[in-house]
Amino acid sequence: MSSGTVTPYRSGLRTGRDGFAQLVRAEWTKFRTVRGWLIGMMVAALVIVLLGLLSASGSQTSCGGPSDVCPAVPVGPGGEAVEDKFYFVHRSLAGDGGITVRMTSMTGQIRLPDITPGTRRVVPGVEPWAKAGVMIKDGTRQGSAYAATMITGGHGVRMQHDFTEDVAGRPGGVSAASPRWLRLTRSGEELTGYESADGAHWTKVGTARLAGLPATVQVGLFVASPGDLTVKQTDLGGSTVQNRFAEATAAFDQVSLEGKVSGGAWSRDDIGVTREPDGSPHHPGGVVESGGTFTVTGVGDIAPLADGQTIESTLTGVLTGLIVVIVVAVMFITSEHRRGLIRTSLLASPRRGRVLAAKAVVIAAVTFVAGLAGAGVVVPLGTWILRAGGNYVLPVSLLTESRVVVGVAALLAVAAVFALALGALFRRSAAAVTAAIAAIVLPHILATASVLPAGAAQWLLRLTPAAGFAIQQSIPEYPQVIGHYVPQAGYYPLAPWAGFAVLCGYAVLALGLAVFMLRRRDV
Amino acid sequence: MEATIEVIGLRKRFGRTMALDGMSFRVTPGQVTGFVGPNGAGKSTTMRVILGLDAADEGTALVGGRPYPSLRNPLSHVGALLDAAALQPSRTGRNHLLWLAHSQGLPARRVDEVIEQVGLRSAARRKAGGYSLGMRQRLGIAAALLGDPPVLMLDEPVNGLDPEGIVWIRGLLRSLAAEGRAVLISSHLMSELQDTADHLVVVGRGRVVADTSVADLIATASSGRVTLRTTARSEAMTALAHAGATVAAGDRDTITVSGLEAERIVTLLNANAVPFSEVAAHRATLEEAYMDLTRDAVEFRAATGVTTGTATGVTTGTATGAAAGQEAAR
Repeated sequence: MSSGTVTPYRSGLRTGRDGFAQLVRAEWTKFRTVRGWLIGMMVAALVIVLLGLLSASGSQTSCGGPSDVCPAVPVGPGGEAVEDKFYFVHRSLAGDGGITVRMTSMTGQIRLPDITPGTRRVVPGVEPWAKAGVMIKDGTRQGSAYAATMITGGHGVRMQHDFTEDVAGRPGGVSAASPRWLRLTRSGEELTGYESADGAHWTKVGTARLAGLPATVQVGLFVASPGDLTVKQTDLGGSTVQNRFAEATAAFDQVSLEGKVSGGAWSRDDIGVTREPDGSPHHPGGVVESGGTFTVTGVGDIAPLADGQTIESTLTGVLTGLIVVIVVAVMFITSEHRRGLIRTSLLASPRRGRVLAAKAVVIAAVTFVAGLAGAGVVVPLGTWILRAGGNYVLPVSLLTESRVVVGVAALLAVAAVFALALGALFRRSAAAVTAAIAAIVLPHILATASVLPAGAAQWLLRLTPAAGFAIQQSIPEYPQVIGHYVPQAGYYPLAPWAGFAVLCGYAVLALGLAVFMLRRRDV
Repeated sequence: MEATIEVIGLRKRFGRTMALDGMSFRVTPGQVTGFVGPNGAGKSTTMRVILGLDAADEGTALVGGRPYPSLRNPLSHVGALLDAAALQPSRTGRNHLLWLAHSQGLPARRVDEVIEQVGLRSAARRKAGGYSLGMRQRLGIAAALLGDPPVLMLDEPVNGLDPEGIVWIRGLLRSLAAEGRAVLISSHLMSELQDTADHLVVVGRGRVVADTSVADLIATASSGRVTLRTTARSEAMTALAHAGATVAAGDRDTITVSGLEAERIVTLLNANAVPFSEVAAHRATLEEAYMDLTRDAVEFRAATGVTTGTATGVTTGTATGAAAGQEAAR
C-alpha cells in the first residue's frame, strides 16, 4: 500500500470545546467515580458533626439555687454579651443637653488572697481599666445603649460607647493637685466627649452615634472597677488565671447640667449589683454627697463579656475532619502518579498547569461543600445542645455565625488545595499527608494544648498555615478589656480573615511550586 | 491537518545513557507502521517525546505539523496507548473513558461507541482493578479511539492479548489504517508485526536503523539464495559456476547457490545430467531480516568483554536455525 494514493482520515465527530470548564468537569468526573474519595468526604463532614455534638452534649452547667436557673446575661446593643455593672448617680435628660464635671481624685482597693484565713488582706490600688466619669445612657437597664467620657486607672482619658467601642484621649491620671474636667453632650443621636485640664480650654475626645436613642435619657456620674486579673505561667507552658475583687472611688465636684434635666434629688442605682441569697447587695457601691462634691464608689465593668462558651467550641471535630480531607486531597493527585495515570491526564490536557488548577478547583469545591454541611449542622445544633445543657454560650450575630460556618468550610477547602499541592510536589501519599499534617494540624495542636508558652503558641498561629484557624474565632479580643487572650483560650493572634489569608498564601505558594515542578519534569 | 507523525533529529540523554541519538522518521497515513527495535532502543522515549510527556534535549516531534502541547482537543488529533495498566483500580472502565471524554468536551454517547468498538461492553461497568491484561489493553485502545483521531500511536498493543485478541487487534489496526489513519505501533518482537505492519521503522541505540516497507526488507534479506542437495557435488558446482552463479559447498552433500533462480538451476542440472535430490529456494523471514539489521544494537549491548567475532557467530547461527524452522513448517 502506498501512502500517495491514500486520502488521510477525517473524523466525522464534532469537535468538543477545549476550555478550562471541560477540564474541571473531567476532574470532577474523576473524583466522583472513585467511591472511596466520596465516602472520605462524607466521613469528614460526619466526623465534624458527630464529634462536635458529642462534646456539646457532654458539657453541662448548673447554677444551683432553688430554681437552678442561671441569671440572664445582659446583651449590648450590638447583640454581644456584656458586663454592665457600675454605680450610677443620675438624672433624666429630655432632648439635647449635657453634663460637665471636675474630677479631683481616683483611688481604689484590691483584695489579695488571704494569708491568715479569715483575715481580709486588702491593699490600696486602682485597676488599669477602672473607670470613672460621666455617662448618658438609655435608661438603667443592663445592656442598654450608652456613651461615656471617663478617666481610667491606667489608660488615661477615654470615650467609650455601647460596650465595644473605645477611643483614647490624653493619658495621665487625676489628683487633687491636677484635677481633670470631663464633659459629655447630646445632640440628637450624636454624643460628644470632651476633656479639659482647667474647665476653660476643652479638647474633643470622640463622638458616638447612638442610633435610636430615645428623647429622654439618664445623665450622670459613674464609677466601675473590673476585678484584678493575674495570670501565672505554669511549668508546662500552661497558665493559671486568678481574678480578685477590686473597687474604685472617684471624687467629682463642679457638677453642672445643661438641657431639660429633672429636678429634685439625684437617683442612685447600683446597676447590676450581685445579690446575696437574702437579697442584700454583695460588694455594693455607693455615693457620699457633701457640699457639691460627690464621692462615688463602684464595682464591676462596662464592657463586652468573654466568660462563657463560644459557638466555635462545637467545632471540636474540625481537626479530625481536616485530617480526613488531607488524605483524600493528597490521594486525588498521588494515585495518578503512582499508577502513571498522570500521563493520561497530561495527554488529555498538555497544558499542565491547567490540570493542577482544575484539580484544585474540584477538591476545593468538594471540600467546601462537605465542610459547609458539617459546620452548618454542628454549629447551630451544637450550640442548641450546649444551651440545653445549661451552658452559657456567648451570643453572636447571624453574620458572625455565618462567617464561622462558611469560614470553617473555606478553611478546609484551602487546606485541601494545600494538601493537593504537596501531593503533586512529593508524588507520594505518605510523605505528602505527613507534610500537610505537620504544617496545619500539628502547629494548631501545639498552640492550643498548653504545651508551649503563650508567646510561642501565638507565633505558631501567625506564621504557619494553622493561622487559618483564626477564621473560627467568634468573640473578638478587646484591648480595653483585660483578658487572658491566648490560643489555649480560643483567641488567635491574627484577625479571622488575616489568619485565613496566611493559609491561602501557603496554598497559593505550594500550588505555584507544584505547577512549576510539573511543567519542568518528564512524567 | 495532515495525518502524520514527524520526528526530526531527536536527542535525549538520561544521565550517561544516550536514549535518543538523532531519531528521525515519518509516519504516513493509510498504513500501519511498525516501530520495532530491541528493548531499550528508545521506542517508548520517542513516543513520550512525540506526546509532550518527555522533553527532548534536541530535535522536534510534530503531530500533523504541530508540536503536541500546542494541540487543542489533543485526543481528536492523536490517540495514544502507552501503558494499559495506568488506571485507577477502583474506577470502572466506562468512568475512566467518561472523564477522558469530558476533558475533550465529548458526549457520554461517544464513550459507549468506543466500548462497543473494542468489545468491552460486558466489563465496562466493572472496576478496572479487576480487569485482565487483555481487557486493560482493550480499554486503553478504546481511550485512544475516543476522539476518533487521524493518528494512532500504540506502545506494545499486542502485549498480554490472547490469540483471539491478537487476531482482533490486527484486524482493527488494518481497518483503521484502511480508513486513512496513520497508525504507529511499537513492539520489540518483529513476529508480532509480521502480518500487521505495512511499513517498518527499525530502531536500535536511539536511532533509526531501517525505514522500509516490509516487502523490501524481506527481499533484501533473502538475496535469492538456493540450497541444492546432490550426490554429485563437484559436477553440480562446475555446471552452475559456468552459468555465472556463486556457489559454495555446504556440509556433506549440499551446495548453496546465489545469483540464479531455482527454476534455472533445475534446467541447468537436467541439461548437464547432474542428479539431485532437492532444490530449495531460501526465503528470509522478517525475524531474520530484523536480526540482521539490529545485530549492531545487540552487539553493542553484548560487546562488553566479548569479541566481535564471537557475537557475529552467535547471531548468524540463530538466524540459520530460525530459517530451518521456518522451512520445516512449510
